[in-house]
Amino acid sequence: MAELVTVLSSLCLLLGAFLIFSGGLGVLRFPDFFTRMHAAGVTETMAATLIVVGLMLHSGWGLPLFKLLLILLFVMITGPTASHALAKSGLHGGLRPLGDNTNNERH
Amino acid sequence: MFAISTLLDISVLTLLVVVALAMVRERDLFATVMLSGIYGLLSASFFVLMDAADVAFTEAAVGAGIFPLLMLTVLTSVGRYEAGARRIRILPLVLMLALAGALFAAVVQMPPFGAVDAPSHAHVAQRYIHESPDEIGIPNMVTSVLASYRGFDTLGEVVVIFTAAVGVVVVLLGGRPKTPQQSSQALMAEHKVLRIVGKMLIPMILLFGLYVQFHGEYGPGGGFQAGVIFAVGIILYAMLFGLSNAQRVVPLGVLRWLVALGVLIYGSVGLASLLAGGEYLNYSVLASDSVTGQHIGIILIELGVGITVASAMVLIFFAFTRATRSRDELEE
Repeated sequence: MAELVTVLSSLCLLLGAFLIFSGGLGVLRFPDFFTRMHAAGVTETMAATLIVVGLMLHSGWGLPLFKLLLILLFVMITGPTASHALAKSGLHGGLRPLGDNTNNERH
Repeated sequence: MFAISTLLDISVLTLLVVVALAMVRERDLFATVMLSGIYGLLSASFFVLMDAADVAFTEAAVGAGIFPLLMLTVLTSVGRYEAGARRIRILPLVLMLALAGALFAAVVQMPPFGAVDAPSHAHVAQRYIHESPDEIGIPNMVTSVLASYRGFDTLGEVVVIFTAAVGVVVVLLGGRPKTPQQSSQALMAEHKVLRIVGKMLIPMILLFGLYVQFHGEYGPGGGFQAGVIFAVGIILYAMLFGLSNAQRVVPLGVLRWLVALGVLIYGSVGLASLLAGGEYLNYSVLASDSVTGQHIGIILIELGVGITVASAMVLIFFAFTRATRSRDELEE
């Protein structure tokens, strides 16, 4: 049982680390603001969640588990909100997604 | 294990240097402010690597949290881009190079990190570490050093923050008003998602601030961090629901009193211990039992620190965002 938890936790941490790496790569390589934001969004939701879950599995029952749970909740609420605000201010500032041909209709 | 921690140290320090250079090169002040937040977060990570949880907490709250926020409000009045062409000035360059050289020479002569025989570990630190559990009796030794042994230094820090708030109030709330800005309330009304999430988060942030305030004796935290966190909750409210609503919650007049009240509480605790027959800020005489006295003293002065820091931060934010409004409105 303990080994299973360790394996699961390591798996979560590794997957989270991979997603952070791919997110960083995406931010550097993707062609425009919104696709880059998508890469960053994966980092702050999926990767952060996986890493915190991995740490929760690792920590075992106790106060740290509860604190990690609160951090998880916080990240899950704020991450998408930040992405939303970023995308909205991008649109507001005049950035258009690639392939969006309605440039002239909106100001 | 050794190799991994060294690798982490090197990566974080390298990132710090990279971010610092990027900040110097960047002409877009908005990007510079964001980079300064990243710099603060990296510093906090580095403090965590050095096992300095309290300092890391402060750095994360101040360097990565409220400092960029206040800088952004400054940008609303100074403009986003650096003005004027850049020239290389010889004298400052030479002075800076000399200073950097001197610092490097000093670093080389410093004892290794964590060395037992380092001068900073040889004198009072020994006494603090050995006597704190019996004399102060609280688990977080950082708090006992900060609030009790070096209580006078901390009083100085609080007075610095108080002075900064007074300076900002005098300069910004006393000067000539500029052209009125577009109401932030109207701008934010369309941000429904932000408002809803803000409504969910603000009570949590304030609650967490209180936790940090009163948990400072037992874990990382204390008045400085708590004050900043509490202030951020109120500033978030002001950003999402408009300045006038926020000022109905905490009016400017009340904030001015609160900034002074924190310092007053701190100083009064010192006076009380003086009157009770001890030295200034020697809390042991505040109760019949010296450890209980220390507890009372630390809780009170941390409360003073928290009140001053929180109200000073909110006051500075209000002052910068209201610098554009008319003077009469401020006096109410």
